[in-house]
Amino acid sequence: MIIANNVTKKFGKLTVLNNVSATCNRGQCIALIGPNGSGKTTLVKSILGMVIPDSGFITFNDKNILHDWFYREQIGYMPQIGRYPENMTIGQLLNMMKDIRFKSGQASLDEDLIKEFKLPDLLQKRMRTLSGGTTQKVSAALAFLFNPDVLILDEPTAGLDPLASEILKEKIIAEKQKGKLILITSHILSELDDLITHVIYMQDGNLLFHKDIEKLREDTGEKKLSRAIASVMQKC
Amino acid sequence: MKKIIKYVIVDIMRNKIVIAYTLLLLAISFSLFNLEDNTDKGLLGLMNIVLIIVPLICIIFSTIYVYNSAEFIELLVSQPLQRKHIWISLFAGIAIALTLAFVVGVGIMVLLYSFTATGLILIGVGLILSVIFVAIALLAAVYTRDKAKGIGIAVLLWLYFSIIFDGLVLFILFQFADYPLDKAMLVLSGLNPIDTGRILVLLKMDVSALMGYTGAVFQNFFGTAIGMGITLLVMFLWMIVPVSLSVRKFRRKDL
Repeated sequence: MIIANNVTKKFGKLTVLNNVSATCNRGQCIALIGPNGSGKTTLVKSILGMVIPDSGFITFNDKNILHDWFYREQIGYMPQIGRYPENMTIGQLLNMMKDIRFKSGQASLDEDLIKEFKLPDLLQKRMRTLSGGTTQKVSAALAFLFNPDVLILDEPTAGLDPLASEILKEKIIAEKQKGKLILITSHILSELDDLITHVIYMQDGNLLFHKDIEKLREDTGEKKLSRAIASVMQKC
Repeated sequence: MKKIIKYVIVDIMRNKIVIAYTLLLLAISFSLFNLEDNTDKGLLGLMNIVLIIVPLICIIFSTIYVYNSAEFIELLVSQPLQRKHIWISLFAGIAIALTLAFVVGVGIMVLLYSFTATGLILIGVGLILSVIFVAIALLAAVYTRDKAKGIGIAVLLWLYFSIIFDGLVLFILFQFADYPLDKAMLVLSGLNPIDTGRILVLLKMDVSALMGYTGAVFQNFFGTAIGMGITLLVMFLWMIVPVSLSVRKFRRKDL
């Protein structure tokens, strides 16, 4: 569904992505793992067209995304640090996004997360006054709101309380079972164990491996993802 | 696209600066017309204000606004929207809000006190200058990541167009005083929208005689339909070129 082809991106002299190629298919739940500054977020942003690669290209459903924009209709994106217009209230923000993005004839809105995070009680609050965790909840709710085929979640559970993060996890599993493609970057490996089907490991802008989780467990002889990754990191 | 313009305008109206700007223009135009019995004098005073203050407020407000809506832009870019449309909507939203402020602040007063061809031209020049300086501000903002630097560049650009450019023209005039420069002056004035605006208004006020022989050349040029057409075209280019350059840059910008 999403194919990255030799994507290279430099910020000044720093090579953030170095010839990264990957193929992501429907029904997969892929974890993007790697140390800080390994290029995970940049890769995610290039898929969204927010960062434009210096060379290489990315296709979405066999169409180059470079001059396309419509494909983003099928993506729900939850940013690592959600930044929203500060003067808007949560209610205004949600209404604006629905107004801009929702078209009649589309599958109905998915407001499960809004309800489960109890956002309707906070609709009058301005975005500027929200705590980091509440902002994350809004980001998550927005990512799932339009029933997209692809979900891109950048550190989804960072800053969420245990209850909210459990709600989000269950939602991710539910969406995965509907056959959607889910891309997650996270540092909390223990959380990913029962979610993911594939692992992409990145380091210093290079994609080191892209494996099935079962294959990874076999290769390393470890059951837990965190241990498996740790043993890989030691070898590198 | 209409929806984004709507949200930009609602947001601008919510912050009070544009309303303060409207009131400022209203106060200036009201007091200038009431200061003198002769409305032509009031118009002349108003022209000077329009040519200095309108570009200044437009360029600085727009630059700061673009930087402050970084979050909004970032949010929209990850949605199924064309980048070109996002940027043009932002431009249109700011331009509409500021021209509206100008119409309320200056336009209504001019129509009430001095409903003449000169008055109408002054309104037209003010509107065009508002849009041009929003366009220039967007260009400055898209090329610099740093907010302070971007605002600094905007201030410098305003300084250039309203003061430095005239100094340069004077310098050229004195250096080449032995040569016939009338035609060259025409071209030079086209390089600065504020100057073009000033000439347009002054010529309609019939004070061009004060400008000597060059004034006669100007009268000959701007007085004709072709001259007027070319002037409008130049002003139009001053809007289109910065906007299209900034769109080109924004389409390839990393966010």
